[in-house]
Amino acid sequence: MSHAITDKRPSTLRGASLPKWSPYAFAACSVAVAIGIGVAAGLSSKIQWGLIAAVLFVVITYGVAARVEGRRQAKDRIATSFVWVAFLIALVPLVSLVWVTVSRGVKVLDVYFLTHSMGVVADSEPGGGIYAAILGSLEQVALATLIAAPIGVLTAIYLVEYGRGSLARAITFFVDVMTGIPSIVAGLFILSLMLIFEMQPFGFAGSLALAILMMPIVVRSTEEMLKLVPNELREASLALGVPKWRTILKVVLPTSLGGITTGIMLAIARIAGETAPVLLLVWGNPFINANPFEGAQASLPLYIYQQYANSSGSGAAYDRAWAASLTLIAFVMILNLVARGIARWKAPKTGR
Amino acid sequence: MDISTKNTEAPPPAPQPAVAQHKRAARGSTRPGDRIFLGLSRGSGIFLLVIMAAIAVFLTYRASLAISKDEANFLTAFEWNATAVPPRFGIAVLAFGTVVSSIIAMVLAVPIAVAIALFLTHYAPRRLSGPIAYVIDLLAAVPSIVYGLWGALILVPHMNGLFGWLNNYFGWTGILSWEGGAPRSMLTVGILLAIMILPIVTNVSREVFRQVPQMHEEAALALGATRWEVVRMAVLPFGRSGVISASMLGLGRALGETMAVATVLSPTFDIQASLLNPGGGTFAQNIASKFGEATEQGRDALIASGLVLFVITLLVNGAARAIIARRKEYSGANA
Amino acid sequence: MKLQRMNRRALTLGALAVSGALALTACGSDDTGNSGNSSASATTGASSIKCDDAKGQLLADGSSAQKNAIDAWVKQFTAACKGVQINYKGGGSGAGVTAFTQGQVAFAGSDSALKPEEVTASKSVCSGGQGVDLPMVGGPIAVGYNVAGVDNLVLDASTVAKIFNNQITNWNDEAIKKLNPDAKLPDLKIQAFHRSDESGTTDNFTKYLIATAKKDFPYEGGKAWQAKGGQSASGSSGVAQQVKETNGAIGYFELSYVGDGVNAASIDTGASAPVEATVDNATKAIADAKVVGTGQDLALELNYATKAEGAYPMVLVTYEIVCDKGNKADTLPATKAFLRYIASEEGQQILADAKYAPIPADIIAKVRTTIEGLS
Repeated sequence: MSHAITDKRPSTLRGASLPKWSPYAFAACSVAVAIGIGVAAGLSSKIQWGLIAAVLFVVITYGVAARVEGRRQAKDRIATSFVWVAFLIALVPLVSLVWVTVSRGVKVLDVYFLTHSMGVVADSEPGGGIYAAILGSLEQVALATLIAAPIGVLTAIYLVEYGRGSLARAITFFVDVMTGIPSIVAGLFILSLMLIFEMQPFGFAGSLALAILMMPIVVRSTEEMLKLVPNELREASLALGVPKWRTILKVVLPTSLGGITTGIMLAIARIAGETAPVLLLVWGNPFINANPFEGAQASLPLYIYQQYANSSGSGAAYDRAWAASLTLIAFVMILNLVARGIARWKAPKTGR
Repeated sequence: MDISTKNTEAPPPAPQPAVAQHKRAARGSTRPGDRIFLGLSRGSGIFLLVIMAAIAVFLTYRASLAISKDEANFLTAFEWNATAVPPRFGIAVLAFGTVVSSIIAMVLAVPIAVAIALFLTHYAPRRLSGPIAYVIDLLAAVPSIVYGLWGALILVPHMNGLFGWLNNYFGWTGILSWEGGAPRSMLTVGILLAIMILPIVTNVSREVFRQVPQMHEEAALALGATRWEVVRMAVLPFGRSGVISASMLGLGRALGETMAVATVLSPTFDIQASLLNPGGGTFAQNIASKFGEATEQGRDALIASGLVLFVITLLVNGAARAIIARRKEYSGANA
Repeated sequence: MKLQRMNRRALTLGALAVSGALALTACGSDDTGNSGNSSASATTGASSIKCDDAKGQLLADGSSAQKNAIDAWVKQFTAACKGVQINYKGGGSGAGVTAFTQGQVAFAGSDSALKPEEVTASKSVCSGGQGVDLPMVGGPIAVGYNVAGVDNLVLDASTVAKIFNNQITNWNDEAIKKLNPDAKLPDLKIQAFHRSDESGTTDNFTKYLIATAKKDFPYEGGKAWQAKGGQSASGSSGVAQQVKETNGAIGYFELSYVGDGVNAASIDTGASAPVEATVDNATKAIADAKVVGTGQDLALELNYATKAEGAYPMVLVTYEIVCDKGNKADTLPATKAFLRYIASEEGQQILADAKYAPIPADIIAKVRTTIEGLS
């Protein structure tokens, strides 16, 4: 369903209109004049040249269009150019982000980097790698998912299939509230519990904080998906005498499985990049620690932060930070793509 | 967010009443399987409730401990010496910084995001809009620490030119004057936050604009409206509540952003009149940079500030919901 | 059992992730520092490091001032004692002491000796004992600056105090000109950077300013920066990074962070010639230090106002803080072995390469005795 509005009114009914190439001509003209003014007035800043060109473009377009086509058309042209310019402006930082991460990230990203931890390599020296960080991140996120996904899905089932009355309202409200928890506050909560029980930092503590952040996202998305399951399906199943719980397990959930999985994957992608709670709870570790239940662990976002913060501006550390960023982005993107894949693959079944 | 609106053909909230009906039926049944399953799902609901309540009670308790010991005014003091022996700390600077940086982010990001969303749904050639929408979707998932790294190493050095320019032409306003410090100021933070929330706001707005009934647009076109008039009269009014909720989603993220702010800002405990001079702080950034050295007393103080952030976030979410609820009535009348 | 259907995919994913992680475990390894260029002097192998039965991982946190020294030590120590991993997070002296009093770390590094209330707090962690300060690393605090075209800046205490107290705000100020008659000082705003976190470097730096220029720096001092104005960054590393990136910047950090376009100012102490910030000159100032700690504690008092020829007065001493009694049984052997190594002659010798100053012989001898007595 394309919404691109194509104007196909017969030309006889139209007033005079500018030729198709006119915006380009205006643009070229205003750039030329702007350069002329810039050189003549000796303005050094290229930003100023650009601004002058932009202002000229607006003025020329509006003036010419208003004269030839009428005021309404002129406004339309201005709006069009604003939309285009906004889009182009927004592209600059976003493209720069992707470009810089990729171009600097590939410098040190190799098999050695992926299969070795920092070990005894000092932060300002070249060498080392992110193996420990990848391992730590994977374990922490997997544990968080194991906690948050079942609880989140079950809660959503309760809200959609059973919930009513004050308990359901309270849960809905608190899920809403929970989505607003700043990640650092969740981290502080777990940290304080840890200190009460005199525990050393360990990976699972990070998982707990991540699970707190993940649960409301899972509840919300699962709820939406369950609501989309047509009631006729439930009624048909119930009418055949199937118990309600079997109806939910055999009819409702399979129907919405694609959407639920997508929601969980997106939630995982979201928590995989969380730095603040991990910084508080799992400490960071230059050595490999494969046991999330004991001892400090590393984590990818934390690794990026530490490479940035402890490097005293050393190029080697920045390179590692970029390479780790690239790895983290790749991980998140793959999760996203898989989620989309599942959504698309399951879509014909759910979206009737 | 895109999952919630993917199946746009089905009216989303429809099943509600029917669900309630067979709930009644379910209550009558006494099958053990049903009871176990109900118990399980209700149990996890209650578990979630308990966690949340525990966090709320715990935070409030610790925060009250800290505030009762505070020798300075918690709301207005311009200092943070929470680990000192008579602790003195206040959130004035943090509240100011948090609000100012978020406002800058919103002012910059929302118009551009709406424009991009319009571009993708109504202006761009179709071949272009699909892939771009896809890429922006993926950018929304880029972790904030990566934005922080990019901000500190790429954005900050590039801000010098802009700051000099702003100072030259708008320095007289006072809020845009610059003394030539490293450009690690509230404006830089605001710009970085704007870039971070841009993909999110764009995504949600785009979904909303896509749902504008085609009939409305065609009707406007049939009346001879230009493309901009269609957008202004049919698309924007329909999408207004959606855009507001998208903005609030972005605002929520900007308020609570921690690491990106911590890497870009040069924190000091005073308020700078100019947005370009380095200084100030935000709640989340302050917690992240101070928790490590905080004693129990200092941590309680940080928790108190975290609670304030939490309350602000809640208010923002609540306001968004209220606006949307009110707008729904209007748009009903419009439609 | 009921959730099988629903969670099958999640389980599959979880299983995939776990098995993937397990598979990864098999193929990863720690970087032992042999590849790449190891800058530390290659004494590895022929070392006299005694590992005893030390093993496991030591968590430690604290002073970012000694981070580079610890990195160098860890490299040597880990090469000799394969079973021990030392995870030192240079989060700042404040963070280190806090982590220590909360029992999260085996030892902490701090550039300030424990305060009485911190000693009291440490008693709950050290069953039957308390935290003690062991001086291990000395070093000059460099006043690093980044001004294009100025190489040999000379400053005195009062000028430094005024710069960091926002009273001197331009590089061509009369006070700076008077000290540097030959330098071409630009008309450029001074960007003074201080530490945003609580730091022993800040503590020692302000102690120096208070001892020598009280009227220009009217603050109490302490680990948190008190003067108004200026810009801040986290950790010595952060300050150095900012100074490096900002033209007209000045900041204070350890000598090992100087370099790459950042120069260290010489200090006019009142001696016949301005004193450069070097390890040797700092060693001369540290030689004046007196032990003021009682019992096992070896806290030092430094003479910041020294006017001795060639003694660089802006120095700090980093203490390793451990329990004298009641260290955790599982980390004690490793802690002891590591501390024994860094206090040994061999350990102290490495310091000069990493731009730190060793501790005077009579004091380090006491440190060694204390380490042997740790339990």
